[in-house]
Amino acid sequence: MSDHIPEAGGEPLRLRIPEPVARPGDPPAFRDLHIDRAGEVRRPPIDVAAADIIDLGADMIRVLDVRGEAVGPWAGTLGADELRAGLRDMLTVRAFDARMLRAHRQGNTSFYMQSLGEEAVSCAHRRALDPRDMCFPTYRQQGLLITAGYPLVDMVNQIYSNSHDPLRGRQLPVMYSSQAAGFFSISGNLGTQFIQAVGWAMASALSSDTRIASAWIGDGATAESDFHSAMVFASTYHAPVILNIVNNQWAISTFQGFARGDSATFASRGHGFGIAALRVDGNDYLAVHAVSSWAAQRARANHGPTLIEWVTYRVGAHSTSDDPTAYRPQDEPSTWPLGDPIERLKNHLIRIGEWSDERHQQCADAVDAVVRAAAEEAERHGTLRSEHSAPSSMFDDVFASMPDHLRRQREQAGY
Amino acid sequence: MVEAIRDAHIVAMERDEKVVVFGQDVGYFGGVFRCTHGLQQRFGKHRCFDSPINESAIVGAAIGMGAYGLRPCVEIQFADYVYPAYDQIVSEAARLRHRSAGDFTAPITIRMPTGGGIFGGQTHSQSPEAIFTHVAGLKTVIPSNPYDAKGLLIASIEDDDPVIFLEPKRLYNGPFDGHHERPIVPWSAHPLGEVPDGHYTVALGTARIHRAGNDLTVLTYGTLVHVAQAAAEETGIDAEIIDLRSLVPLDLATIVESVRKTGRCIVAHEATLTSGFGAELSALVQEHALWSLEAPVVRVTGWDTPYPHAHEWNYFPGPARLGAAMRATLDAR
Ligand SMILES: Cc1ncc(C[n+]2csc(CCOP(=O)(O)OP(=O)(O)O)c2C)c(N)n1
Ligand SMILES: [Mg+2]
Repeated sequence: MSDHIPEAGGEPLRLRIPEPVARPGDPPAFRDLHIDRAGEVRRPPIDVAAADIIDLGADMIRVLDVRGEAVGPWAGTLGADELRAGLRDMLTVRAFDARMLRAHRQGNTSFYMQSLGEEAVSCAHRRALDPRDMCFPTYRQQGLLITAGYPLVDMVNQIYSNSHDPLRGRQLPVMYSSQAAGFFSISGNLGTQFIQAVGWAMASALSSDTRIASAWIGDGATAESDFHSAMVFASTYHAPVILNIVNNQWAISTFQGFARGDSATFASRGHGFGIAALRVDGNDYLAVHAVSSWAAQRARANHGPTLIEWVTYRVGAHSTSDDPTAYRPQDEPSTWPLGDPIERLKNHLIRIGEWSDERHQQCADAVDAVVRAAAEEAERHGTLRSEHSAPSSMFDDVFASMPDHLRRQREQAGY
Repeated sequence: MVEAIRDAHIVAMERDEKVVVFGQDVGYFGGVFRCTHGLQQRFGKHRCFDSPINESAIVGAAIGMGAYGLRPCVEIQFADYVYPAYDQIVSEAARLRHRSAGDFTAPITIRMPTGGGIFGGQTHSQSPEAIFTHVAGLKTVIPSNPYDAKGLLIASIEDDDPVIFLEPKRLYNGPFDGHHERPIVPWSAHPLGEVPDGHYTVALGTARIHRAGNDLTVLTYGTLVHVAQAAAEETGIDAEIIDLRSLVPLDLATIVESVRKTGRCIVAHEATLTSGFGAELSALVQEHALWSLEAPVVRVTGWDTPYPHAHEWNYFPGPARLGAAMRATLDAR
C-alpha cells in the first residue's frame, strides 16, 4: 500500500514523467536532436548484417549539405530530371494540402490532415519503390499516393464524400484506398497496418513473387503493440518489407519522448530484433531516396527487412481538430534544424544549375492550377454539404453478398 | 458535460490521493475533449500524466496500479480505440477478483467517448457497450447529462470493481436530440446541466425516469435519451422514457414497473442491432413483464453496418425513426 513506510535508509522510489524541452512560452529548443554533417555517414553494402551497422541506428544519414551540395556515399541516386519530378511531387502535395484546408474552412469537408514539412519522406520513398510494391500508410502519407500518380480529383472526391467518392462516403476524409496505386486502405486505428504490411510481404515471398511491402507508422504509434508484432514477424521470417517510422516529433500534444524517443532513437529498436536499422534526415529528398532504394534492394535481394527512422517535423496542426499552440511553442516550427524539404531540394537544383527561382515559381503556379482544377472538378460532383453517394450503399460491402438481415434493415431504412 | 466530468475528477482526486489519471494527451494538454484539462497543473504530473499510445498498456498498467492499491481512472481517447485493450479488460480486469478469490482486485475506471454525430466515420463513432456488458465482472455506465456524468463518474472511481465509463461525445456540449440541422443547445439552458459543487454520487445500477408517461415505455441511455424526448414531443405520444444510466448493474425493478404500467416497450440504442444491449433488455422485459405486454417489444438501433461518414444521419436512429416506432407500437394490437 502507498502508506508503506520505507525502511531506514531505503530511499522512496520515484517515477520519471517525461517533459519536452519547451512548452508554450518557452524558447523552442531542439538541443537533444543528434544531427550528423551531410555525407559523413557510411553506406554499407545491401547484404550487410544488421549487427554490423549498429552505429547507423544512432547517426543521421544526410546527403544535402548547407550549401545545397549533394555529398558523401549516399549521393548520386537521382538525375536532374528525377529531382525536378520529385520537387514537383512535393509542391503538389503542399498545394493539395493548402487547398483542402481551405475546402475544410469552407465546409466542403468535415476533416483534413496535412503533411506540411514532411513531404520528402513519402514522395522520395515512393519513387524508390517499384509501382507494384505495396505501401501500408498512415493518414499522413498522401505523398505516396500523389507520387504514384493517383488522380487528384479522386482524392478530393473522397475528401468531399461526393457522388464520385471511390469509397462511397464511408470513410473519414483522407482515409484513401487504392490497390492499383499500391496504397493499402487506411485505418483510423493506429499501428494496425504495420504488421499487415509484414503479412503482405510474407505472402509475396510465399508466392515466389518479386514485390515488396512498405510499412508506415508515426513516432507516437510505435508504442502500440502492433509495432512490436511487426518487428518480431519481420525479423523471424526475414520478410521483404521496409519498416518506416516517421518521427515528426509530435503525436497530437504528446512529444516523442513519450514513445521513448528521448531515451534512444526509434531506429535503434530494430537492434534487439536483429533488423537492419537506419536513421535518416527525413527533410532531405536525396537522402530519403537513397536510403529507401538501399532498403528496397536489400528486401528484393532476400536480405530481409530494414527499419528506417525518418527524422522530420510536423509543421502544421495534427488535424483540423487540433491547435498546437496549446502545447508547443508557437515558433517551434520555424526553428526546426532540418529545414524545409522543398526549399532544400530547390536550392540544390539551383546550385547544380538545373533550376531557377523563375522556373520554381512557374512550377508552383502550374501545380496550383492542376490542384485547383481537380478541386473544381470534384466540387461539380458534390461536397459533404451537398449531394453524396446514395445512402443505401452503406449496406453494400459489409459482406460479399448481403445476408437477409441486412436486406431487411435496408428495406426498413427505406432503400 | 465536459466540465462535469472534469469536476468529478477533481472531487475524486481531492478526496483520495490514490486516484491517479492517465491516458493519451490527458496530461499537459488535458485531453482531446478537454475532460482532464487543468488536472496536471492542479495535482501535479505524478497524479495526472500523459501515456504512450498503447491502449493495452494503459489498461494493463491501471490493473497493476489497482493491484498495488491505487485507484486509476484512465482515458481511452475514443471508444473505437479500446480494442487493443480488450484482452486486458476481459481476461484480466474483469476476472481478477474472482480468480484470486478477492486476493487482488482491479478498482479501475476506464473512460472513453462513445457514439457518433460528429462526422467521425467508422473509427470515431462506435458504441461498443455490448462487448463489455457481455463480460462477467465488468460494470458498464453511460451518462446522458452533466449531473449524472459527475455523480456516476465519482461513483465509478470509488467503486471497487472495474467500470467501463462511456461518454456520449455528442452530448459533451449540449443535450443533442438528433436534430443535427438545428443549432446546438448548450447545457446551460437545460435543468440537467446544473451540477452541484463538491461530492455527490449517482449509485451505479439506478435508472432515472427522464420523462414520466403512460402510453409506452422507452428503455434507452446516452444520446438517445434526448432523441426519445424529442420523438415523444413531436408525436404527442405520452412516452415514459427511462434513462438506464448503468447497464451493468441494471435497474430491473424500474424497467419492469414501467412496462407493467404502460404495456408497451421500445428499446433504443445507437449501437448495431444484432447482439446489442437491446436484445438483453428485450429478453428481460419478456421474462418479467410478458403478461403486461400489449405489443411486441421493438428495437430501434443503428444498422448492422460500420458507422458511415457521409451518411451518418441515415445511420443514426433519430427522432423520425424513433417516432415512427412509437406510433407503430401504439397502433399494434
Ligand atoms: C489505436 C488508436 N489509439 C489512439 C488514436 C488517436 N490518435 C490518432 S492520431 C494520434 C497520434 C499519432 O501520432 P504519431 O503516431 O506520431 O503520428 P502523427 O500524427 O504524428 O503523424 C492519436 C493518439 C488512434 N487513432 N488509434
Ligand atoms: Mg508523430
